[in-house]
Amino acid sequence: MGEAAANIQIEPQVPASVVEALEGVVDPEIPVLTIRDLGVLRGVRMEDVCVVVTITPTYSGCPAMVEIQDNIDKALRDAGVESFRIETRLAPAWTTDWMSETGKRKLEEYGIAPPRRNSEVGCPQCGSANTKLVSQFGSTACKALYQCNACLEPFDHFKCH
Amino acid sequence: MKNETAKFALALGDDALTMGQRLSEWISNGPFLEEDIALANVALDFVGRARMFLGYAGELEGAGRSEDDLAFQRDCREFSNLLIFELPIGDFANTMARQYLVDAFEVPYFEALSDSADETIAAIAAKTVKECRYHLRRSRDWILRLGDGTEESHQRVQIAFDEVWPFVAELFEMPDYESRLFDAGIAVDRKALNSGWEQVVRETLQEATLSMPESDHAIRGGREGVHTEHLGFLLSDLQFMQRAYPGLQW
Repeated sequence: MGEAAANIQIEPQVPASVVEALEGVVDPEIPVLTIRDLGVLRGVRMEDVCVVVTITPTYSGCPAMVEIQDNIDKALRDAGVESFRIETRLAPAWTTDWMSETGKRKLEEYGIAPPRRNSEVGCPQCGSANTKLVSQFGSTACKALYQCNACLEPFDHFKCH
Repeated sequence: MKNETAKFALALGDDALTMGQRLSEWISNGPFLEEDIALANVALDFVGRARMFLGYAGELEGAGRSEDDLAFQRDCREFSNLLIFELPIGDFANTMARQYLVDAFEVPYFEALSDSADETIAAIAAKTVKECRYHLRRSRDWILRLGDGTEESHQRVQIAFDEVWPFVAELFEMPDYESRLFDAGIAVDRKALNSGWEQVVRETLQEATLSMPESDHAIRGGREGVHTEHLGFLLSDLQFMQRAYPGLQW
């Protein structure tokens, strides 16, 4: 539970099985991160018997968002939830500050330098802080491409956003 | 007011859609791999922005048109994007000169639009501005690199700025409906951004050893649906599948 998880609003009436199902939904591009780690999942509430899931998109054009919605849909169906709705909320805009500490640690172990404000981008392979930016834009909109000057390995950096 | 807000959202959506389409023409043609990926990423941001604005325009219009209907089933005269966005990509210098001039405008523009009295427009603007800041960082770097680079890169990027220049005036013009939306707190006064923008651009061009184009020749008409001949070609690429197979789904 990082500080990010704290501002995700899950109503106490929501059945634990629903929360568990949602926590199993991962980012299709970075499968080590759940939508909760990412901060994409903003809230779950009940409207009578209907489960309402609120998500906030990461980048406007991120193709993973459609897949995330499909996966939420599937996870809830698999969990036997009959009535649910997925709402997309734009404001406040998503920020990497919502990413949980657990999420950041998982990213680093996966080989992606996590977003950390006011700090050097460290190499996730050897830990060196001696790295250089290769390109502002990496394999997906949320990442930039770096290279480590110490071990020479290229790596992705999840940008602060 | 609702109709005018719909028109406004449509115009911003068309700006983003035409720019996104242009940028995606670079995919697999970029000067090197990382830059190819960057161009595609920026294109994706514009297409995503277009989806949000067009979706909202359709919702306000209330005629049951979806973002896809608006993107794929309108012809040139119904598009209200500013001309600068539909210009061909040209060479890499053309692409980056247009990108820089647009980015330098969009950062303060969407910052201001984040305070719109229309909540949805404010939310889309707040999301957009974060992306515009990356775009600007990259396009500014490229202008410095190309301008202060080799003799050839300098010359080509200078020509590119001179060519795009007649199309920047439109960025700062307010059609009547937009002025009314500004009075209602929904739109932003584009004219008020002009001098700040000019100063920022002047400083960058100076640092890049380029000269600021001085011509005040302006070409306009986009918001009224009067376009350059390039838009038809752009739309024929963009809309081909839906025109040939209406209602086609992936």
